[in-house]
Amino acid sequence: MHQIVSKKELAPKIKLLEIEAPEIAEKAKAGQFVILRIDENGERFPLTIVDWDKKKGTITLIFLEIGVSTEKLGALKVEDVIFDVLGPLGNPSDIKKYGSVCVIGGGVGTASAFPIARAFKEAGNKVVSIVGAKTAGLLILEDEMKKASDELFISTDDGSKAHKGFVSDVLKTLIEKGYGFDVVYAIGPTVMMRAVAETTRPYGIKTIVSLNPIMVDGMGMCGACRVSVGDKTRFACVDGPEFDAHLVNFGELLKRQMVYMSEEKAALQRLQEKKCTHYE
Amino acid sequence: MSEPKAKPKLQKQAVQIPKQAPEVRIRNFNEVTLGYTEEQALAEAGRCLQCPKPQCIQGCPVEIDIPVFIKLMKEKDYGAAIRKIKEKNCLPAICGRVCPQEEQCQKLCLLGKAGDAVSIGRLERFLADWERQTGIACSEEAPSNGKRVAIIGAGPAGLTAAADLVKLGHEVVIFEALHRPGGVLMYGIPEFRLPKSIVQAEADYVKKLGVEIRASCLVGRTFTIPELLKQGFDAVFIGTGAGLPQFLGIPGENFGGIYSANEFLIRVNLMKAYTFPECDTPIRIGKKVAVIGGGNVTMDSARSALRLGAEEVCIVYRRSREEMPARQEEIENAEEEGITCKFLANPTKFIGDEKGWVKAMECICMELGPPDESGRRRPIPVKGSEFVMDVDTIIVAIGRTPNPIIQSTTEGLAVTKWGTIVADENGKTNIEGVYAGGDIVTGEATVISAMGAGKKAAKAIHEYLMRKNS
Repeated sequence: MHQIVSKKELAPKIKLLEIEAPEIAEKAKAGQFVILRIDENGERFPLTIVDWDKKKGTITLIFLEIGVSTEKLGALKVEDVIFDVLGPLGNPSDIKKYGSVCVIGGGVGTASAFPIARAFKEAGNKVVSIVGAKTAGLLILEDEMKKASDELFISTDDGSKAHKGFVSDVLKTLIEKGYGFDVVYAIGPTVMMRAVAETTRPYGIKTIVSLNPIMVDGMGMCGACRVSVGDKTRFACVDGPEFDAHLVNFGELLKRQMVYMSEEKAALQRLQEKKCTHYE
Repeated sequence: MSEPKAKPKLQKQAVQIPKQAPEVRIRNFNEVTLGYTEEQALAEAGRCLQCPKPQCIQGCPVEIDIPVFIKLMKEKDYGAAIRKIKEKNCLPAICGRVCPQEEQCQKLCLLGKAGDAVSIGRLERFLADWERQTGIACSEEAPSNGKRVAIIGAGPAGLTAAADLVKLGHEVVIFEALHRPGGVLMYGIPEFRLPKSIVQAEADYVKKLGVEIRASCLVGRTFTIPELLKQGFDAVFIGTGAGLPQFLGIPGENFGGIYSANEFLIRVNLMKAYTFPECDTPIRIGKKVAVIGGGNVTMDSARSALRLGAEEVCIVYRRSREEMPARQEEIENAEEEGITCKFLANPTKFIGDEKGWVKAMECICMELGPPDESGRRRPIPVKGSEFVMDVDTIIVAIGRTPNPIIQSTTEGLAVTKWGTIVADENGKTNIEGVYAGGDIVTGEATVISAMGAGKKAAKAIHEYLMRKNS
């Protein structure tokens, strides 16, 4: 059982939870994730470890309320408990001194990009970050990303703040301007990561993405999270979650992420109906 | 000359065990085999000849004193009978259900030479169920000897080693990566063959003996073995099992609708997807399901698919029926339920629709050549014999390989080229104080052989710790 220590709403439907998990806080590194199970009937699902505090023994998670589990998680209050938190899972990001690093976060993926940007900065790299969202109101961790970066660029799909368009457009401009990135890290929606991969491919810039396929156990047992990387099938949970973006089969990943779409929708609807009857 | 003793009348046939009818059971996840009534159990126990030199014990990997427990049973002293079993086996309700007795104790039963062997497993099950219903007795906790042992994995090997060690006075903590104890008993074997409440009850019994079980703790990630030793554990037992799914490695295997048996069974058993949306974990089953493989996991997957509402379930196996590694009883159960088998066929590729969902499977016919190193005849593809099966769900059940996380995070631990941990017959690895047993050492095998390995390792760990003490 893991108690919730603090809770914040960062943007509509995007929430931050700080939870007690001293053993995980002790071990966590940038790029790793946990598997949660909220209650007795809950499913197992992964979330990136955004931050950790060894002294307090807590870890921080940020998520978008998009399905049954994240809705349930978002409804929990301070002092409530989460049944299971397993981790840290996955391989940590390969943090070393490259020179110039570009870290890109799209939507709630910015939460996963933050610890990576910070770690690269701490390792002595020049960090240029690009953060994108649909609209200004959905931008998260702007201040944190600013601190973790030497330069921060912002894009919004609707142009309500800074550049109008996608993070990949900003990236292309920067590359054209002569920002000599040694490596690009991109975390966000799968289509965004694909766009980033296609942007850097012609320039031959090493590009790493952190994939978020469906997972169940999170430790290599089920193979639900299998992805095609080059000519190999890899498990995102134990072989990843980070892979060479230029080798990832994003089309297949997008299809595999949709496998339970109708069940997920039905379950979410059911949860919302339950909530309604509860209030009556 | 004394008169010859009157021979007891031999009952050649075993007492049949009641089962749910096939047409009923394919609509539910309740247990198929219902268990003996007291009367039936006594009748079956009565068949035991009480041989002066019993062979059955030698067939039992944990050496249960079978004739004695059956004798106590005949005397209706069920409490004493189950205590006799539990001297050696802390998981009797599980073993009574899933042990391949026909290959072990019952294979050596004298009665088997001229009829059916005594149904030892069914008697064990009867006693364990009797005890669970009347209240599980628990011996006093042994006084602590101050030694601490960490067990990695709460599967059959880990639970057995833990129970034996705690009874000897060691402080025992089991670290389990999943959120429930039981290992394959919990995530792999379906409810209709081994109800999860029974697995939980037997794990609870091990806890009652004084063992601490820490769930959702992945050794290798949350802690490593060197860290556990540094934290004050005097010895470690690794029972992490074979839980890594194998795939066929053929084109199209990542289409939607293609599951590893592990994913399918974890969703259905551990996560109870058959109750979705009561439980949050979904499972999607199509109309035409093909299950690839020939072992018990294949049967479990096929029978689960049927219960989830599949219209047709076909097992595709590359050898013939005679080579199937599944228990005969499970093959019969599957066939009774209407599952069909396509023998001597092997998938060559999967064909998907525009949404990335599997819609068909191309197979090639096989013929059997000379025996391979496993002693079974090797399947050889018949050139030009490809054919296509329309399917919308595939479950790949062709075996599991050892979990690799411990091996890759324990520096210096000797590992074979198959990824199993090197250990001697007592479970001793090349690192002092570190033991291993079960599937992680042998590769995928049976529940009871893992329990046997857990037992041997517990004995060796005890001797090691006592030696270290002096």
